[in-house]
Amino acid sequence: MELLAAGAIGLLTACGVYLMLRGRTFPLVLGLTLLSYAANLFVLAMGRLAVGVPPIVASGASGYADPLPQALVLTAIVIGLATTAFTVSLALMLFSASGTDHVDGGLGCPQRDDVGQR
Amino acid sequence: MIEPAIALSLIIGLPLVGGSMLTTAAGRRSGRAAAWTLAAVTAAAVGVVIAAAPSVFAGRPVIGAWAWIPRVGLNVTLRLDGLALFFAVLILGIGLLVILYARYYLGPADAPGKFYARLAFFMGAMLGIVLADNVLLLAIFWELTSLASFLLIGYWQHREGARQGARMALAVTGGGGLAMLAGFLLVGQAGGTYEISALVGVGDRVRSDPRYPVALILLLLGAFTKSAQFPFHFWLPGAMAAPTPVSAYLHSATMVNAGVFLLARLYPVIGGTSLFMYVVATVGLVTFVVGAYVAVFKHDLKGLLAYSTMSHLGLITFLIGLDSPLSNVAAVFHVGNHATFKASLFMATGIIEHESGTRDMRRLGGLWKLMPHTATLAIVAASAMAGVPLLNGFLSKEMFFAEALELRHLGLGLLGELTAAVVALGGAFSVAYSARFVHDVFFHGQPRDLPRPLHEVPRVMKVPVEILVATCVAVGLLPGLTVGPLVDLAARAVFGADLPPYSVALWHGFTAPLLLSAIAFAGGAILYWALQRRYNLYLHVPLAWTARRLAYGLVGGLTHLAERVTAGLDNGSLQRSLAVLFVVALALGAAPFVGGGVAIGERAFVPVTPLGAMAGLVLTATAIGCVAWHRERLVAIILTSVVGLVVSLAFLGLSAPDLALTQLAVEVVTTVLMLMALARLPQTSPRESSSPRRARDLALACFVGIGVAGLALMAMTRRLETISWYFIEHSLPLGGGANVVNVLLVDFRGYDTFGEITVLTIAAIGVAAVLDGVRLPRPYAAARPLSSPLLLVVASRWLLPLALVVSVYILLRGHNAPGGGFVAGLITSVALVLQYMAHGSPWAASRLRVDYARLAAAGLLVAGATGAGAWWFGKPFLTSAHAEPVVPGLGALALASAAVFDIGVYLAVVGTTMLALVSLASASLSAEDR
Amino acid sequence: MTHAMIIPVLLPFTTAVLMVLLGERRLGVQRGLSLLSCGTLLMIASAAVVHVSSGAIEVYRLGDWPAPFGIVLVLDRLAALMLALTAVVAAVSVAAALTATPAWDTRGRHFHPLFQLQLMGLNGAFLTGDLFNLFVFFEVLLIASYCLLVHGRGGERLRAGLHYVVINLAASTLFLIAVALLYGLTGTLNLVHLALRVPHVAPADAPLIRAASLVLLVVFALKAAVFPLSLWLPRAYAVAPPPVAALFAIMTKVGIYAILRVHGFGLGLDSGLAAAAAGPWLLGGAVATAIVGALGAFAAQSLGTMTAYLTLISVGTSLIGVGLSSDAGWSAALYYLAHSTLVLAALFLLTDATASQRGHDRFERSRLVAQPAMLGTLFVVGAVSVAGLPPLSGFVGKLTILQATAISPAMPVLWGVLLGTGFLAMVALARAGSALFWKTTEERAPTARSSLARLAPAITVLACGVALALFAAPILRFTDAAAEQLADRRAYAARILREPDQPTVRPFSLERRH
Repeated sequence: MELLAAGAIGLLTACGVYLMLRGRTFPLVLGLTLLSYAANLFVLAMGRLAVGVPPIVASGASGYADPLPQALVLTAIVIGLATTAFTVSLALMLFSASGTDHVDGGLGCPQRDDVGQR
Repeated sequence: MIEPAIALSLIIGLPLVGGSMLTTAAGRRSGRAAAWTLAAVTAAAVGVVIAAAPSVFAGRPVIGAWAWIPRVGLNVTLRLDGLALFFAVLILGIGLLVILYARYYLGPADAPGKFYARLAFFMGAMLGIVLADNVLLLAIFWELTSLASFLLIGYWQHREGARQGARMALAVTGGGGLAMLAGFLLVGQAGGTYEISALVGVGDRVRSDPRYPVALILLLLGAFTKSAQFPFHFWLPGAMAAPTPVSAYLHSATMVNAGVFLLARLYPVIGGTSLFMYVVATVGLVTFVVGAYVAVFKHDLKGLLAYSTMSHLGLITFLIGLDSPLSNVAAVFHVGNHATFKASLFMATGIIEHESGTRDMRRLGGLWKLMPHTATLAIVAASAMAGVPLLNGFLSKEMFFAEALELRHLGLGLLGELTAAVVALGGAFSVAYSARFVHDVFFHGQPRDLPRPLHEVPRVMKVPVEILVATCVAVGLLPGLTVGPLVDLAARAVFGADLPPYSVALWHGFTAPLLLSAIAFAGGAILYWALQRRYNLYLHVPLAWTARRLAYGLVGGLTHLAERVTAGLDNGSLQRSLAVLFVVALALGAAPFVGGGVAIGERAFVPVTPLGAMAGLVLTATAIGCVAWHRERLVAIILTSVVGLVVSLAFLGLSAPDLALTQLAVEVVTTVLMLMALARLPQTSPRESSSPRRARDLALACFVGIGVAGLALMAMTRRLETISWYFIEHSLPLGGGANVVNVLLVDFRGYDTFGEITVLTIAAIGVAAVLDGVRLPRPYAAARPLSSPLLLVVASRWLLPLALVVSVYILLRGHNAPGGGFVAGLITSVALVLQYMAHGSPWAASRLRVDYARLAAAGLLVAGATGAGAWWFGKPFLTSAHAEPVVPGLGALALASAAVFDIGVYLAVVGTTMLALVSLASASLSAEDR
Repeated sequence: MTHAMIIPVLLPFTTAVLMVLLGERRLGVQRGLSLLSCGTLLMIASAAVVHVSSGAIEVYRLGDWPAPFGIVLVLDRLAALMLALTAVVAAVSVAAALTATPAWDTRGRHFHPLFQLQLMGLNGAFLTGDLFNLFVFFEVLLIASYCLLVHGRGGERLRAGLHYVVINLAASTLFLIAVALLYGLTGTLNLVHLALRVPHVAPADAPLIRAASLVLLVVFALKAAVFPLSLWLPRAYAVAPPPVAALFAIMTKVGIYAILRVHGFGLGLDSGLAAAAAGPWLLGGAVATAIVGALGAFAAQSLGTMTAYLTLISVGTSLIGVGLSSDAGWSAALYYLAHSTLVLAALFLLTDATASQRGHDRFERSRLVAQPAMLGTLFVVGAVSVAGLPPLSGFVGKLTILQATAISPAMPVLWGVLLGTGFLAMVALARAGSALFWKTTEERAPTARSSLARLAPAITVLACGVALALFAAPILRFTDAAAEQLADRRAYAARILREPDQPTVRPFSLERRH
C-alpha cells in the first residue's frame, strides 16, 4: 500500500507541475488543484497508512489512525478551496483585461523564457 | 573655557547644522542675508577655535568625547591638536574669504540659500574630518564631504556637465571612502581600538599584523581618490563645473587636502614602512609630474588650475611618503601655501570669467591693460605657484627639492638620481604653466572676440584675493614670524617630540635645491617659449585616451552589463519563475541524499486492498488523461473532478472519513467554479510551447514527482513517535467529542481553524473586490456549460431543504461522528449552488438576496466570540467547555462550546463559498443580459 | 500571561469583521476604526518590546492545552521586535493610503478590512510557536496581500498579481509537504519541541530531516525573495499601490524572520542536523541576491523599480548576517532588517510623492517638482540611508554586519559584496537623484504641492530611521540580547513545554491502548 500511495502522490505531483508550467491560466489552475491533491495525500501519509481504523473513539475499536495529519489536511483542503477561487477570479479578470489567457498576458514571450537557456 | 567636548562639537556643529539651517532660512530673504548669516556662524566657530588655541600651543590638545555606539567602536571623540588646529584655521579662514567672494560672484538667477547651506554643510563636515579622533567617525565626515561636494558641483543643475561631474566626483571619492572604511576596520581589528590617539600607541602591532598590507592599500585608496592622485585624478577636472567659489574652496584649498591630512594623521600608525614609502612616494611623484605636464596644455583656465592642483597634491603626497621628519614639515607647510595661492588664483579666474564671460586662454589676452588691479594680484599668486623667491611657494618648494635631493644619499643608487631628474622636470612644467597663465591672460596681444567688454569688478569682490595674496607675500618674506609656529605645532602633532631642529628661512645660501630651482625656471621658460612659438599651443587637442574617458567607459560597460543581466533575468515570465522554483526545490531537496542515504524504513508495509489497487488504477488513468487532454478544457475539468473523487475515496479507504466527506463537497464546489470560469475562457488552449520545451517540462515534472514520492515512501516506512496519543486519549474526556479529528479542529488546534476560516473569508472578499462591477465578456457563445436540464430544476427544488436538514444534522453530530462545520457548510453551499445551476444565475441571484460577505463575517464573529468567551472564565482564547444533554432523536449529543465555534465555521464556510460563486455568477450574467 | 498577548491577532481581526458587518457605505467609520486599530497595535507592540526587554519569554496556551500538544503563542525579543516594526509600517502605510489623492480606499472595495487582516496575518506569523500554525498564518497574510496587491486593478497590476499569487501558492504546497515531512519524522509541530527532538532523530532519518529543512528554506527564501527565487519581486513591488508597497517592505522580512525562527532556532542553523544543510546555501543565496539587486538597481529606469531592487540588496545583506549563524551575525541582521524595513517603506512613499509632482517616476527629463527643497532633502536622507552611507542607520547596520563577518572564513568575499553593492547602490541613487530633481525642463506646469499631511507618513518613517541611528546603542543592545536569547533553546523549552524532560511522544501503533 505504501508503494501505491507514494506512486499516486508522485504521479499527481508530476501532473500538477507539468500543467502549471503550461503557459495558460486554465491548465495552471488545474495543475494547482492536482498539486494540492498530492500535498494532501502526502500529509495524510505522514501519519502512516492505516486501513479501517478511523480516529473516532469507540469501545471495541481495534485502533486509531493518526488524527493529527487528518486535521491538518482538512485545514489544507479548505485553504486550497479559498486560493483556487481567488486564482480563478484573477485569471478571469486578466483575460477580460488583456484579451488573452496567457499567464503573462502576452507580455513574456513563451519561447524566450527558457530556464535551460539562462 | 567651556567644557571641551561641547566646544569641539560646536566647531563642527555650528556650520554643519546651524549654518546649513539658518542660511536656508535667510536665503529666502536675500543672498546678502544668507552670506552674512554664514559668515557670522563661521566667525563664531573661529572664535571657539581661538579660545581653544592657547592650550594647544601649550602642548595640551583639547579632547572631548561622547559615547555613541560603543558596541561597534563608533564614538564621537574629538581632538584638537596641532595638526587639527592648522587645518581648522585653513578651513575656517579660507571659508570666510570664499563666503565674502561668493556674495558678489553669484548671479541673480542663482538660489543663494541652497548654495550657502551646502557650503556650510561642507565646512562642518570638513572640520569634522580634521577634529575626529575616532577613525569610524572620521569615515562618517569623510563621506559627508563627498556628499557635500556632489551637491555643490551639481549646484548649476541645469548643466549636463555639472550633473556628470557631480556624479563622477561622488562615485570616485565616495567609493574610495568605502575602501577606506574597510581599511579602518582592519586597522581597528589589528590594533584593538578605533581611537586614533590609542592606535598611535600600538602602531608597531598594527604594522606587524598580517592584515597590514591590505589595510594600507585600502586606506591609500581612500586618500588617493580624495586627493586626486594619479590614476584617480580625473574627477577633479570634471568638478570644475562647479561655481568658482566652490572650486576655490573644496577643490583646491580644503577637501582635496583631506587625503593628505589622512596620511599625515595616520602616519604614526601605518607610516614608516618601506611599503608605505614606496607606494605613497611613487604615486605622489607620478601625480606631480603628470599633473604639471597636462596643465601646460589646458586652454581652460580652471582646467589648468585643476591639473596644477593635482600636481601640487602629488608633491605633498610625495613628501609624506618620504620617510623623513623634515619632509613632513615641508608637506604641512606646502598644504598651507598651496591653499593660499591656489585659492586666490581661482578667485581671480572667477573674476575674469565673471567679467569676460569666458575662461578660454585662446580668447583672453592683454587683460593687463583692462583690469590692472586683478592682474597684479593674479600675477603675484601665479609667481607663488611657480615658486618665485620672496613668495611662500618658493620656501616649501625649496624644502621639497631639498628632500628630493636627500634621496641620493639614501643609497637608492640610480633611483635617487632619477627622482631628482623627474622632480626637476616637474618643476619646469610648473614654471611653464604658471608662465602660460600669466602671459596668455594678461599679455599676449588683445582679447579675441569676447562675449562682453571688460572692466574692473567692484572693489569688495577683490578683497578676499588681496588678503590671500598678502598672506603669500608675508609668509614668503617672514615665514618664521607668521606661520612658522603653527606649522611646527602641526608637524610635532604628527611626529611627537622627535622632530629634529630645522629652519624655515628665505635664504640658506647657494645650495643644491637653489640650483635645481634655477634649472626648473630656465627649463620652464624655454619650454613655454618653445611651445608657443614652435608647437603652436593653441591648436593642441587633448589626448583621445584619458583616465576620465576610461572611467566613463567603465561606468558605461557596467551599466550595459547590469541592463543585460537584469533584462535577462526579469523577463516577466511566470513560467520561468515557476520552473526556477521547482528546480531549486528539487536541487535542495535532493542535496542531502547526494552522499547516499536513500533507504526504505523498517516499518512493515500495509497490504494492498483491492479497493486501493482499483483506486490506484483509476487515478493513474485519469491523471495522465488530464495531462494528455488538458487543451480540451471541458474534458480536463471532468477528468480532474474524477481524480478528486478518487482522492476522497482514498481518504475513506485510509480511515479518514472526515477528509473523504470534505474532499467530496469541496470537489463539487471547485468543479462548479471551474465550469463557471470556463464559460468565460477559451474552450481550448493553443499548442504553443515547443516540443523540446515540453520535454524539458515533462522531465522536470517527473523528477519533482519522483522526489516527492521518494520522500513520502521513505518517511512512511519509518517508525513514528508522535504526540498524537494525547489527542486520542483526551478527545472524549477533555474535548467532549469522540471524533478526534473534529475535536482537533475545533478544540486542540482550534486556532488553526480560526486562521483558516479567516483565509476563506479574505479570499471570498477578495474575489468580490476583484470582480466588483465587472462585466465579463462571453467570447465563446457556443459553450454554455451552465445549461439547466428540467430534471435538475425539479431536483433542486426539494434538494435544498433536504440538504439544509442534512447539513444541520452533520454539523451537530460532527463532534462525535464524521462531519462538522466545514462539511455541513459545504453541503449547504452545494445545495444553494444547485439552485444556480438549475435555474441559471439570474433567477438565483434574484431569489437568494443575502449579503454573503456579512454572513461570512458573522460566522467569523461567532467563532471569535466563542473563543474569547473563555476569557470570562479566566481561560485563554478558544478554551472550550462541554456538556452532554440527551436530545430525543439525536441521542446524547455533545454540546461543547466548541460546537458553537463550529457553527461559526459553518456560517463562514457558507458565506464565503456563496460570496465567491455569486460574485462570479453576477459578473458573468450581466454580460449575457445586456 | 495576560490575554494581551493575543490582541495583536484579535484586534485587527475584530476590526476587519466589524468593518465588513458595518458595510462599506460608512467609509468614515472604517477609516476611524482602521486608524484606531493601528494606533492601538502601536501601543501594544511598544509595551511588548518594553516587557520582553527584561528577557522574559511569554507563552500563551491557546485552548489551555499544554505544549507541545496544543498551539502556543510565544512572545520573545525577536517576536516583539517584529510586532513593533509591523505596527510602525502599518500605521504609516494606512496614513499614506488615506492622504493620497484620491484616497486608496476609494479606488476599490474592502481596502481597510483587507489591510487589517493582512496585519492579523503578519502578527500571527510573528507570534506563533507552532510550525503548522505558521503555515496557516502565512496563508492569511499572503491571501490578504494578494488582494491588496491587485487593489484598484489595472492590467499590469493584475498580471503581476497573478504571478505573485501562483508562485506563492506553489511555495505553500512545498511548505505543507515540508512541515508534514518534519512531523512524519519527529512527530511534533511545536517549534521548541522540534528543536529538542531534531538532534535525537535516528542517523538514518538525518537526510530526510535535512531535505525537509532545505525545502522549507526554499519556501522562506521565496517569500524573502532570495535569488534565484526573487524573479517575482521587482514587478510585483513596482506595480503595487505605493502604500501597499510600503507595507510590503515588511513582507520580505517575514521570510527572513521565518528563516531565523525555523532554521536558526527550530532546526538549529548553528548546530545539529539542519546546520550542515541550510548554512552554506543561505550565504550563497544572500550574496547572489545582493549582487543581483545591485545590478538591477543600477539598470533601473524608474525610481519604483530601483526601490524594488534596493529591497533585494537589503534582503541579501540581512541574510548574510543570518547566514553567519553567530549571535553577532543575527543581532546585526536584526538591526539591518529593522533599518531596511523603515527606509524602504519611506522610499516607496517618496516615489509616490515625487511621481505625483513630476508626472512620473522615470529617469527622464521632466518638469521640476513643486517642492524641490523638501522632496530633495527627504530623498537624500532616504538614499544615504538605504545605500549604507554615513551617518544614518544603513551605515550603522552595515558596519555591524561587517564586524560580525570578521570571524567568518568567507570574510573577504562578504566584505567585497557588502561594500561593492553599497557602492553600486550609491552610484545608482546619485543617478536617480540627479535625474529626478536636477534634469528638468523649463516648463513651469501648475504642479500640485503635496500637503504636509501627505508627506507626513514618509517624513515620520524616515525620522524613525534616523532615530534608529541615533539610538543605535540601546537598539543594538536589544538585538544582541534577542540573538543570545534565540540561541538558548533550553530556556524556551523550560518556559514553554510543561515538563521538558517528560516523554511527550509515544510510538505510534494501531493497537488500542487502555
